[in-house]
Amino acid sequence: MTYKTAQIRLVSSHPEVYEPCDDSFALVDTLLADRTNLVQHHPTVCMEIGCGSGYVITSLALILAQEVTGAYYVATDINPHAVAVTRKTLEAHGIHAELVVTDIASGLETRLTRSVDVMVVNPPYVPTPVEEVGGNGITSAWAGGENGRSVIDKILPIADKLLSDRGWLYMVTLTANEPSEICLNMRKKGYASRIVLQRSTEEESLHIIKFWRDPELEVTEIKMSNKPGHGTVIGSLLSQISQISFLSNCSSN
Amino acid sequence: MRLITHNMIKLFLLGEFTNESPMGIEVEKMEVRKVGFNPYFLKKMFDWVNYNALVEASKIMGYAELPDVADPSMLESEEFLRKFHHALLELHLEEGSLVCPETGRKYPVNKGIPELRPYYDEV
Repeated sequence: MTYKTAQIRLVSSHPEVYEPCDDSFALVDTLLADRTNLVQHHPTVCMEIGCGSGYVITSLALILAQEVTGAYYVATDINPHAVAVTRKTLEAHGIHAELVVTDIASGLETRLTRSVDVMVVNPPYVPTPVEEVGGNGITSAWAGGENGRSVIDKILPIADKLLSDRGWLYMVTLTANEPSEICLNMRKKGYASRIVLQRSTEEESLHIIKFWRDPELEVTEIKMSNKPGHGTVIGSLLSQISQISFLSNCSSN
Repeated sequence: MRLITHNMIKLFLLGEFTNESPMGIEVEKMEVRKVGFNPYFLKKMFDWVNYNALVEASKIMGYAELPDVADPSMLESEEFLRKFHHALLELHLEEGSLVCPETGRKYPVNKGIPELRPYYDEV
């Protein structure tokens, strides 16, 4: 059985808005491949940061529409043209999501803390001069600063704050962003991760990473910080074991 | 913009935020759009919304049917759930502004989309 995603002919456009491209398709293909898990997950709050044309949030809502009714979808973008285009794309598919023009999740962070069950992010990941980062036109869709990490490294702590205890994050990265280092950083915050899709295009090597909170990782961190002496040895052993299994999941670039 | 979204906006642009009041609403145009009734979702949301803010916001939007006070036992009543559903999900602010209770500054809502971009002196 095939499931619907957003249709390209129904995706709206604007000269200042990034159109769906290989990265967007890779992210939606990932969501589609993970569809059974997403349905079982039964998210109440789904969020996209940086919605651009609206292709991804529309697809996510369509993928879940049949089985998961009543979920709350919210999408943000710093580019007002992008949010307007997303509104048209959603309408063309008969889907509703709440939309906010804002930087990442400003204005939503306090009330949405620990509430988001599924977050999708196709960040501006292209390595560029740092000066190009931070506009609110189309450059905001791709300009990622050094290693393409400037905006990714701003988004991840906010994602950590917003994700619920059972929250999942799907994020697009490039090899240049050093995805395994991103996974290690998130691991320190208690997240397990897996590169769920790798795809080489003419221009870039894309990695879609899925993150989820792993209570065991958090326990290990607490053991390490709270118990000196014996506990430290056990803690670091535990940490090494999980790091090895983690690395086998997340260093295949 | 549905009132559920109004309910979750809290501006933090000036750093330390002390005012607990929700954003004010100025309505130029609102719409009512019917949407599927889902008690499961509403019950989950009841724990999470700032109920007083929802009551005030729905009054500003012209809907005064929500009881001023509610407690979880009312979730057993379909009549209450229908009103809660209507206020939370079916009243759309299409054109107007959100007003920061701290600074009085206005953030425009156009075609149902709030713009929470900081003022130049807040960046």
